Amino acid sequence: MTTPTLKTSRRRALKLGAAAVALPLVHIRTGRAAGKVSIAFWDHWVPSGNAVMQKQVEAWAAKNQVEVQADFITSVGSKNILTIAAEAQARTGHDVQAFPSWEVHNHSDMIEPIDDVMKTLTGQYGGVNQVCEYLAKIKGHWMGVPTSSGTQYKGPCGRISVLKDKAGLDVVAMYPAAPGHTAASDAWTWDALLKAAEACAAANMTFGMGLGQTSDSVDCIGSLFAAYGAELVDKDGNVTVKSDNVRKVLEYGQKLVKVLPADAVSYDDASNNRALISGQSALIWNPPSAWAVAKRDNPKVAEDCWSFPGCAGPAGRFTPYLPYFWGVWSFSQNKTAAKELITFLMQRNNVEARCTEVVGYDVPPFDSMLDFKVWEDVEPPKGTVYNYPIRPFHNAKPHIAALPAPPDIAVQIYNRGTMPTMLAKLKSGSSIDEVIAWASDELEGFTR
Amino acid sequence: MADGTSVPVGVIGAPRRVARKTSSLKRFTQQRSTIAFMLALPLILLVACFVIYPALYAIYLSMLNKKMTAFVGLGNFAFLLKRHTFQLVIFQSCLFAVTAVVMKAFLGFVLAHLMHNIPGKNQKIWRGLLLVPWVIPLALSTLTWWWMFDPSYSAFNWVLNQFGFANVPWLGVGWIARFCTITVNVWYGTPFFMIMYLAALKSVPEQLYEAASIDGANAVQKLFFVTLPMMRNIIAITVLFSLIVTFADFDIVRILTAGGPQDMTHVFATYAFQVGIQSGDIPLGAADSLFMFPILAFAAFFVLRGVTRRTKEIAT
Repeated sequence: MTTPTLKTSRRRALKLGAAAVALPLVHIRTGRAAGKVSIAFWDHWVPSGNAVMQKQVEAWAAKNQVEVQADFITSVGSKNILTIAAEAQARTGHDVQAFPSWEVHNHSDMIEPIDDVMKTLTGQYGGVNQVCEYLAKIKGHWMGVPTSSGTQYKGPCGRISVLKDKAGLDVVAMYPAAPGHTAASDAWTWDALLKAAEACAAANMTFGMGLGQTSDSVDCIGSLFAAYGAELVDKDGNVTVKSDNVRKVLEYGQKLVKVLPADAVSYDDASNNRALISGQSALIWNPPSAWAVAKRDNPKVAEDCWSFPGCAGPAGRFTPYLPYFWGVWSFSQNKTAAKELITFLMQRNNVEARCTEVVGYDVPPFDSMLDFKVWEDVEPPKGTVYNYPIRPFHNAKPHIAALPAPPDIAVQIYNRGTMPTMLAKLKSGSSIDEVIAWASDELEGFTR
Repeated sequence: MADGTSVPVGVIGAPRRVARKTSSLKRFTQQRSTIAFMLALPLILLVACFVIYPALYAIYLSMLNKKMTAFVGLGNFAFLLKRHTFQLVIFQSCLFAVTAVVMKAFLGFVLAHLMHNIPGKNQKIWRGLLLVPWVIPLALSTLTWWWMFDPSYSAFNWVLNQFGFANVPWLGVGWIARFCTITVNVWYGTPFFMIMYLAALKSVPEQLYEAASIDGANAVQKLFFVTLPMMRNIIAITVLFSLIVTFADFDIVRILTAGGPQDMTHVFATYAFQVGIQSGDIPLGAADSLFMFPILAFAAFFVLRGVTRRTKEIAT
C-alpha cells in the first residue's frame, strides 16, 4: 500500500491562505454579529447599582451578539459632564451617554433624535412627566430617553420624633405608607414648614436647607419659588424678576432664612446629608441616600426618618425632580444597536430590578412604574420611602428649578444658583429691592 | 549607438553632482545648529501639540457664539467685562494671586534665612519637613483643609469652642472665605519659595559678607546691600513663576468653596469651569480663562526684562 503524498502546489497555497484570512471573519460574524456599542452610565452611589446594570447589559449583549463596552462615570467633580463636553468637542467617544438634566439641551445639535425609542416605550408604559419633556424634547423631537438610573426626587426627609415633639408635626399621619390622600397633607404648606422650622430651630434642631450654589440648595429653593409662582424668566425668555410673586417669595424668604443654619450659605450637596446623619437636623430635602448612609453610620437616626413630598404654596405643590437621560451621539457608529440596548434597559422588569437593588433611589420616568414593591418594603422604619416618588394622591408636580424659562437660560439660572443666592443675600442683610436689582442684572446676562 | 562603449552626454558629470549633493547634505546634517534642532524637535512637537495648539484652539473658541456656530470676534470678552459678577472675578483673582504671592515670597524669604542659619544635619531634616506641604498632592491637602474649615464640623471651631469662643463661619462669609482660600494657597506654595531662596542664599559668596563686615555693615545693611542684590534675579523669576501658577489656580477654590458664598471667591479658572462646562457655554468659558493671558504676559514682560538687564549689568 502506498501512502498518498501531499503535494504543495501554488493553487493549494492560495486556497489555504484565503481560508486562513476568512476564518476570523466567520468567527466575528458568529461571535459578535451586530458589532460593538459603548455606553457610559452614571456611576451609582450604591455600588450594587453598577453591578446589576452590568449584568443586564451583558445579558442583552449575549442575546444579540453585540460586543458592549459599559463604563461607569462618576458625577463627583462633574467628571461625567467633563466627559460629555470632551466627547462633543472630539466628536468621538461612547455611542450612548448618560446625560444629566441640562446636558441634552447643551449638546442637542450633536445628539441623534430618539423618537422611535420613545414611541415604543410610551406605547408600552404611558407618558412621562413635564420636566422630562421640558429637558429632552427639542423642536418636537425626543433627543434623550428619560431613564431611571440616577433620576431622583429631592423632597423632604424628616425626623419623625423630632418633628412631632418639637413642632407637633406628625409626618407619618400626614403621609402614611399606604395609598390614599389625607386631610393632614393639605396642611403641609410652606407656612407650615416655616412654623415647624422655627420650633425646631428653637430646640437647636435646624432644618438643613442650604442656600449654597450646588444642586440640593437650588432644587429645594427652586421648588419654593415655584410654589409661589415666582418665575425669574418666563417661557419666552423675558426677565420677570420684578414681579409681585417674586417679591412675595422673598418676603417669605426673609422669615425663613432667620431659622436656617448659620452656615446655610456655604452648604454643598453633602452638608445637608451630614446634618441629618449626625442627628443635628430635623429635616432636609434630599433623596433617600442620606437615609441610606444613616442606616449604616447612625441607625437610630435612620429608624426615625420619613420621606414625603414638597410643601404647597399659592401656585401649587412642587417636589424637586432631577432626571437623567440616555442619548445616542450623532457620531455613533452603531445607532441601531444603541437604541435597542436603551429600549431593553428601559423595560419594566429591568427598571424594577435596578430600582430594587438601589433601595428605591432610582425613580422611573413612567407613572405606570411607580408601583414597584421596593418603596413599600424598604425599612427601617417600614415605608420610610413609600412617599419618596410622587404618587397621584400627593397632588404634587415634579419640578426643576428655573422651569419654564427657555432651557439655555434656565441652565445658567440653575448652575449659577441664582435662587438660593437671592435668599443668601437676604440672610446676609440685603433688602428685597437690592436682591431683585442684583438678580435682574444677573438674569439679563443669562439672556444674551 | 548603444554598444557599451559609447557614453551618453552628461553621464560623466552626474556622479560628481551626486557626490556634491551627498556631501552638502552630510554637511547640513553635521552642522551643530541642525543637530541641535533635531535634538530639540521632540520637545518642539510636544510643545506644539500640548501648548500651542490648545492655546490657539482656546482663542478660536473664545470668538464663537454660544452654540459655536458663528464668529463673534471679541464679543464674548466685551460681554464679560460688562457683567458685575465677572468684574468681581477679576478683582478676586488679582486679590488672590497678588496677596498669596506676596505672602509666600515674604514667608519663603524668612524661612530660607532661618534654614540657612541652621547648622549641618538638622538643616536637612527641617528642609524636608517644610517641603511636605508642597509635596502632597494639592487636591488631597485641600480636602484636609476643607474638613478643618467645614461649615458644620470644623476642627478649628471645635478648638475655639474649647476656649469658650463662638463658631466662625470659615467658608460661609465672603471675606473670611477669601482669607481661607489665600491661606491654603500660601501654606501650599511657601515651601517652593523657601527652597528657591535657600538655593540662592547658598550661592552668595561668603567673601562678600566678610568684606561687608570689615566695612562695618550691620545685619540689616548686609541684607539690603549684599543678600537682596545677589538674590534679585531668583526672586523675580520665582515671583513670576508663582504668579502664573497662582493666577491659574483651580483646585483650592473649587474644593474649598466652589466659588461661593455668593460668588465671592471665584477666580478665573473656577468661573470658567462654571460658565463653560457646567452651564454649557464653552466659548464664554474660554474667553474668561483667556483674561489671565494679558495680565500674565504684562507681568512676564517686565520681570524678564529686569532679569535680562541685571544679567547684562553683571556681565559687564
